[in-house]
Amino acid sequence: MLRQTEIMQTLDMIDHQHLDIRTITMGISLRDCCNPDPKVTAQKIYDKITRCAEKLVPTGEAVERELGIPIVNKRISVTPISMVAESCETEDYAPFAVAMDRAAETCGVNLIGGFSALVHKGLTVGDRRLIQSIPEALCTTNNVCSSVNVATTRAGINMDAVRKMGKIVRQVAEMDAANQGKACMKLVVFANAVEDNPFMAGAFHGVGEPECEINVGVSGPGVVYHALQSVKGQPFDVVAETIKKTAFRITRMGQLVAQEAANRLGVPYGIVDLSLAPTPAKGDSVARILEEIGVDVCGTHGTTAALAMLNDAVKKGGVMASNHVGGLSGAFIPVSEDEGMIAAAKSGVLTLDKLEAMTCVCSVGLDMIAVPGYTSAETIAAIIADEAAIGMVNNKTTAVRIIPAIGLDVGDELEFGGLFGSAPIMPVHNESADRFVARGGRIPAPLHSLKN
Amino acid sequence: MKAIVTVTGKDTVGIIAGVCTELANLGVNILDISQTVMDGFFVMNMLVDLSTSDKSYELVRDALDERGVRMGLSIRIQREDLFNAMHRI
Repeated sequence: MLRQTEIMQTLDMIDHQHLDIRTITMGISLRDCCNPDPKVTAQKIYDKITRCAEKLVPTGEAVERELGIPIVNKRISVTPISMVAESCETEDYAPFAVAMDRAAETCGVNLIGGFSALVHKGLTVGDRRLIQSIPEALCTTNNVCSSVNVATTRAGINMDAVRKMGKIVRQVAEMDAANQGKACMKLVVFANAVEDNPFMAGAFHGVGEPECEINVGVSGPGVVYHALQSVKGQPFDVVAETIKKTAFRITRMGQLVAQEAANRLGVPYGIVDLSLAPTPAKGDSVARILEEIGVDVCGTHGTTAALAMLNDAVKKGGVMASNHVGGLSGAFIPVSEDEGMIAAAKSGVLTLDKLEAMTCVCSVGLDMIAVPGYTSAETIAAIIADEAAIGMVNNKTTAVRIIPAIGLDVGDELEFGGLFGSAPIMPVHNESADRFVARGGRIPAPLHSLKN
Repeated sequence: MKAIVTVTGKDTVGIIAGVCTELANLGVNILDISQTVMDGFFVMNMLVDLSTSDKSYELVRDALDERGVRMGLSIRIQREDLFNAMHRI
């Protein structure tokens, strides 16, 4: 039989260290929903999602009750709508977002991703229409998330798309000015976007994915933080080993939940995403792990190295625990969703420039960052370009989820509430990058993209 | 289905009797028990088999929950799989 200490260790992780399954995300292909009539397409989108995901929430809740492990979110990702809607005779794609939103509400999920386009090399008719529809789509729906992929290691960076996305981010913020531009938190600009990511706002169901599948995202910064308490002052070899063991345990649990949920829903299980996803709750912070490793405040010198080690150890521990690891897998560093990051940003130690450096070694990118409301579209585009360059050259996913907080300035704070936390407004450089952004065209793919 | 029942709370007379009676009423078979008291705090883990019971998992869970409230204890039941996943390769 299991030892009592083992049982109590697991319960302690759940009760006191915020161990949970962050999300069960059902990926649904909408490729069979295309129709020239936009009304028919919208109805088909609604029908397909509600049919496939009808039992998602009750099943998630049943697994949660039987295993006694919290499953925080149940979510849906769909085929990028730019492809699904491309054959529709309409310029306005916002009604498709409304159909997604209604379907999400019927199924009882809190977010649905896939109002997306992949434009790393150029735009098709559908991509252009979708991107133009993003502001209205995000401001007229509650649960829909949008993402646009503007760069890959193979194709380089589409700077026309980067410029366009700078403008779109601003448009979303301005249209949602009554809420200080918070709708921007539902929009991600990617480089090297992955097709099976279960985490929002960047989830979409890629074209290489099956008809329907279950992807699971695990969490557990609190568990890692707690484990590191026992190795204070010890060399990095010991620290890395401790993180690996912890990540292994967390991921095994994610694998169990993924298989269980997939079996009950009668759909294949896709991947487990072994990410450390923080929440604003005390004791559930990635920043506090870095501080436990030895930097006094997250963002000071040494932070990038500590994060690199953490990110790598999480992957190494997790990869042995699951037969299919995918998604983003690593350590997330969203500012507003991490109690330690919020504190570090407020103190001025954690800056946008340091965060950019950290994104070279973490699993994603500049995430949930609020900047002054007057930040120009060109500056936002330049931030996106920097981040895309890091992704492109390092062969990794990077993303920008930035909120120009309308009416707010440095020193203010933008409240999202719940799991999304609150973001101190971070300063951006005032010097212009307008000429850089105005060039347009494509930044060619790096030499190491030529692998064949 | 096998599950782990975990009982925690302030130590008092009759905890094991109370929990075991409830499980017997539900038709749940107890396979193993390990129990300690630390500083007056009672901790017990039981391995149980639900296949002998005609009650649903949900019903067993709710009955144990209710019994826990009545006795001023926390009684929870979780499938053994969760712990095996985490601690056994």
